[in-house]
Amino acid sequence: MSTTTSTPTDAPEQGPHLPELYRDDEYSERHVYVPHKVGLPPMGHYLSLVWKRRSFAFELSRTTMRAKHFNTVFGQLWLLLNPLLLGLVYFLLIDLIRGHGRPVSFFAHLLGGLFLYQLLQTAAQEGSNSVVRGGGLILNTAFPRTLLPLASVTTSFKRFLPTMIVWLIVHFAAGGGVYIEWLWAPVIVVMVTLFSAGIAMFCGALQVYFRDLSSFLPYLLRIWMYISPILYTWEEVPAKYKPWLEINPMSSMLACWSDVINHGKAPDTNLMLIGTAWALFALLFGALFFISRERDFAVRI
Amino acid sequence: MQSASSPSIKVENVSITYRTAYEKLPTLRTTLLRLGRREKLVREIEAVRDVSFAVDKGTVLGVVGANGAGKSTLVRTIAGILPPTEGRVEVQGRVSTLLALGVGFNRELSGRENVILGGLAAGLDRDELEEKYEEIVDFAELDEFMDLPMRAYSSGMYGRLAFSVAIHMDPDILLIDEALSVGDAKFRRKSFERMRQLCAEDRTIVLVSHAFGSIRDLCHQAVWMNKGNLEMWGEANEVVDAYRDFLGVKEDRTDKEDL
Repeated sequence: MSTTTSTPTDAPEQGPHLPELYRDDEYSERHVYVPHKVGLPPMGHYLSLVWKRRSFAFELSRTTMRAKHFNTVFGQLWLLLNPLLLGLVYFLLIDLIRGHGRPVSFFAHLLGGLFLYQLLQTAAQEGSNSVVRGGGLILNTAFPRTLLPLASVTTSFKRFLPTMIVWLIVHFAAGGGVYIEWLWAPVIVVMVTLFSAGIAMFCGALQVYFRDLSSFLPYLLRIWMYISPILYTWEEVPAKYKPWLEINPMSSMLACWSDVINHGKAPDTNLMLIGTAWALFALLFGALFFISRERDFAVRI
Repeated sequence: MQSASSPSIKVENVSITYRTAYEKLPTLRTTLLRLGRREKLVREIEAVRDVSFAVDKGTVLGVVGANGAGKSTLVRTIAGILPPTEGRVEVQGRVSTLLALGVGFNRELSGRENVILGGLAAGLDRDELEEKYEEIVDFAELDEFMDLPMRAYSSGMYGRLAFSVAIHMDPDILLIDEALSVGDAKFRRKSFERMRQLCAEDRTIVLVSHAFGSIRDLCHQAVWMNKGNLEMWGEANEVVDAYRDFLGVKEDRTDKEDL
């Protein structure tokens, strides 16, 4: 594949130049640009640049949301109404397929899972477009490009929070209580957010090479949702399929999530560990893939 | 370590080669279709070949050359946007870029949002930006347009805002790529004055332009790029003379009127 061989021609010995990169601090504002193979820049320096410009990611997320009118009353309302309607559609569908008699508490389970899954879904979809859409800025300004997919994750997170209000209403309507175990919920949300950040960075970089990714992505994400315990509960899965579904990183996270928020049960330690491992792995893999590629973006956009 | 005598931009034996695909947009579909046929639809472009020069502090360097001579690529490398394939670029100070006109601006967002986003991406913090915002708008004379989406802007307004943002980023080094051809005569005069003022403050400017008048008028030194090679580096008027002779064109009135 031509796209994976984008390594610039053999770089001459980097040895003598490399240490200077580390001296490139903000005070002297001295920048040295030397050839590189597709590889990683000094990570400490890179991360400090990301941190210094974090307000750019927040601002980008805010303006994107504003451009979609999510700052208006009806825009906000839509953010709540849209997932609720979607949940309703799925509930009716499931109810129809699997015979009547699903309790309202199942609707709460479905909504909770759906909303958490949408955190990943939005991050992946927005993230995949973030780099290509940021083309103008990429061609004009030198800044750590990871800020673009990270802004998408911020947007996704901001859209997730209000949906929890909808879930709460349904939860109480179904007769659910307030549980001390809810303290686990933020941990799981962080886990999914980190996982989503990794996926967003991976998709964002991949989209530069394959522009049709964003047209496949909705289908992939839909399938991913069907093999996650959202439209059914983890307990309902027949034992012989469980090992297969366990491969899905979202399974463990969503299983813990449903236990915690719907039933007030402390999450299964094993599943939590698997989820954490997946989240960290995705984050690391996505970030390294993105960062090792990002200096190539300017010529490909 | 920063010594007074060290140049603010040092370009040493820089070559820039990049690969580009023939197809307009790379997609997974075309990649898969191509896989069976073992076609290689990638072309290497040697945009810049073994170029070396240096720019001292407080100097305006003009860059001339035909379309596709590697001028923009070279400037992008100085800005740190494209990595060099070979060689080394050293830059002392904060760089502000005004590259190919208008890009960097998202047309759906308002002028205000674009200024803030561009500034934050360039590394300014919010307080600094708040401070400079009024100045930027005043200089661009776009007061009543700042809350409109930029797709409503004329190309002149676009260019004015871009220029105003670039010079207000408090740059030690200002890189300008063919962006001065927009704007009316009045704004152009104003921007020339502003660039001279920046120079007097010991800032460095690199100006890519096709307008001989601007180069002669503003630049101390110039480089002439020809098909990726550095054809000449020297005093601005001499370089422009040589380039003009090479092109075989007379410097007609329109060039002089450029100012």
